[in-house]
Amino acid sequence: MGTPKTLFEKVWDQHIVAKETADTPAVLYVDLHLIHEVTTPQAFDLLRNKGLPVRRPDLTLATMDHSTPTTPVSNFKDLLVAGEGAAAQVRQMEQNCNDFGIELHGFDSPRRGIVHVIGPELGATQPGKTIVCGDSHTSTHGAFGALAFGIGTTEVGHVLATQCLLQRKPKTLAVEVAGRLGNGVGAKDLILAVIGQIGVDGGTGHVVEYRGTAIGSLSMDARMTVCNMSIEAGARAGMIAPDDTTFDYLQGRPYAPSGSDWDAALARWRKLPTDQEAAFDRTVSLSASDLEPMVTFGTNPGMVVGINDPIPDDHGDPSFRKALEYMRVPTGKPLTGTGVDVVFVGSCTNSRLSDLQQAAEVLRGNKVAEGVRMLVVPGSQQIKQAAEEIGLDKVFIEAGAEWRESGCSMCIGMNGDTVGKGQLSVSTSNRNFEGRQGVGARTVLASPMTAAASAVAGSIADPRPYLDRS
Amino acid sequence: MEPVRRIRSRTVVLPTNDIDTDQIIPARFLTTTSREGLGKHLFNDLRLDADGKPNPQFPLNDPASEGCAVLVGGNNFGCGSSREHAPWALLDYGIRAVISTEIADIFRNNSLKNGLVPVVVDASTHDFLLANPAIEVDIDISRSTLTLPGGKSVKFPIDGFARYCLVEGIDQLGYLQQQMDRIRTFEEQRPWTP
Ligand code: SF4
Repeated sequence: MGTPKTLFEKVWDQHIVAKETADTPAVLYVDLHLIHEVTTPQAFDLLRNKGLPVRRPDLTLATMDHSTPTTPVSNFKDLLVAGEGAAAQVRQMEQNCNDFGIELHGFDSPRRGIVHVIGPELGATQPGKTIVCGDSHTSTHGAFGALAFGIGTTEVGHVLATQCLLQRKPKTLAVEVAGRLGNGVGAKDLILAVIGQIGVDGGTGHVVEYRGTAIGSLSMDARMTVCNMSIEAGARAGMIAPDDTTFDYLQGRPYAPSGSDWDAALARWRKLPTDQEAAFDRTVSLSASDLEPMVTFGTNPGMVVGINDPIPDDHGDPSFRKALEYMRVPTGKPLTGTGVDVVFVGSCTNSRLSDLQQAAEVLRGNKVAEGVRMLVVPGSQQIKQAAEEIGLDKVFIEAGAEWRESGCSMCIGMNGDTVGKGQLSVSTSNRNFEGRQGVGARTVLASPMTAAASAVAGSIADPRPYLDRS
Repeated sequence: MEPVRRIRSRTVVLPTNDIDTDQIIPARFLTTTSREGLGKHLFNDLRLDADGKPNPQFPLNDPASEGCAVLVGGNNFGCGSSREHAPWALLDYGIRAVISTEIADIFRNNSLKNGLVPVVVDASTHDFLLANPAIEVDIDISRSTLTLPGGKSVKFPIDGFARYCLVEGIDQLGYLQQQMDRIRTFEEQRPWTP
């Protein structure tokens, strides 16, 4: 049988083109290269300057998501909603994909969406693959038992030209989650609690494997939410062992194997989970059963508390104090009741169908409070359509929320969807950094349920009372 | 890439912890398709006020930091987004090395590929640097040493291959392209294809 291995080690070992030595990093083969318009133009320039082709356009999947308007686009003028620079970037992406023979899910494709949403949705994200993208939330794809991580633009150029990367082997960190999430507590709350526990640099240099009963019982959408925010703990990647939940999700998707290829893939995938005797470099544990809905109160995702818990004291830490001053929140009191200006449901963390369903469940029959702007942005055009088929769009619109085309939108504010200066936003995205959602914007990260409850209350609110009415 | 062997400069200190790449260059400046000229957006929302005037409180606007090529940050520098625009903006502004107790993985990789030197030091050296802004330091990449005024010298960790590429000015793509035969063999011999 050989030495027992972790899931990560199995995937890593299967993709080594050249082993690492003391003097040289490993050459790691990339099975799937996802690309989007923001982090690739300079890489395509490099190829042009060197006269190089894209070596494996067939292993490259392109979409546009960051600089795209969330209002309908049928001509160039519609693109300008997002600003001139954004429109030019989108045009450049079309040109680059056309010139280098890469399939692009552009505005004419019903499969367009956030890069980390469409990879899994199309079945391109599969167990055991190595997946990279010029985007730190590539960790999302680890939910399928893939080794998936973000790279910079220079490395995007390396992968376009050679389909390989130079990498040092990271360490492994097991995050064991026992128990089961309670009602009104979701995967977002779980991952925020993990980051709160290990810190925003707790995973630096490591690949995380999320394990334990609580993880096994999560849906694929929920697993993606968990792995998505691995980078927020500084981790290189996050992974979850593939199981029947994974296989059921993938079967029949357009890019997934079919027929006898499916059977062969399944046999291979079943061997991927971590061997019983395998060792991790570090392990941390927590219980899902104890968790409450979580909200961030500061300017990084590690500054997080249970929704009814008081904001901790700064203990004289100037960075901590600076964060609280920016957020304008007092210590010693819970965040509940703090007035809200904007609510955003979307992003690669929480824009999948089940996220939208959870938000809709809270909103159904309720109204978004006066003075609150609520924006709901599905992760992909396919999710938008699926949501409309079950009438979720009506629930949102009747409650007074805006229902948009897919994209990154207010997660990053590159397309004109921004939070105003000083405004407080409850957002289902992944980063509450200063200015992330707009200059001077104050972001509170939360689950779709908490976001929707806060929209209705007009202030930060526990979602559980909204779920218990029936 | 130009070789990077030695950096001698005064330091500029930005003591905040967890300086993320959104702070280094806010996302609204990423709609560019070029890597040039990003220095003018470096720390835009901290360095400049709403009217684009320099914020006198911000360390980079202190006249003493004029010409400084070494930035000392708080703990965990460069976390967040993978945007390579962050090292591009720092380099374009004139920063050539960043010192912290911890430097986030993707930012560190991106920096090394562009000739920006990430220097990780122990907590006591870091405390000294934070407490003594605008001191002259000497970073010797070949020897992996940071030398403080008075001659005290500390080693900093840097991957041997990355150091070799920095010192010799080697483009890592060239190295990868030399592996093309092995890459082809891997593709032909692997038991399954993606
Ligand atoms: S939704 Fe936000 S975090 Fe996700 S890829 Fe888009 S900008 Fe990045």
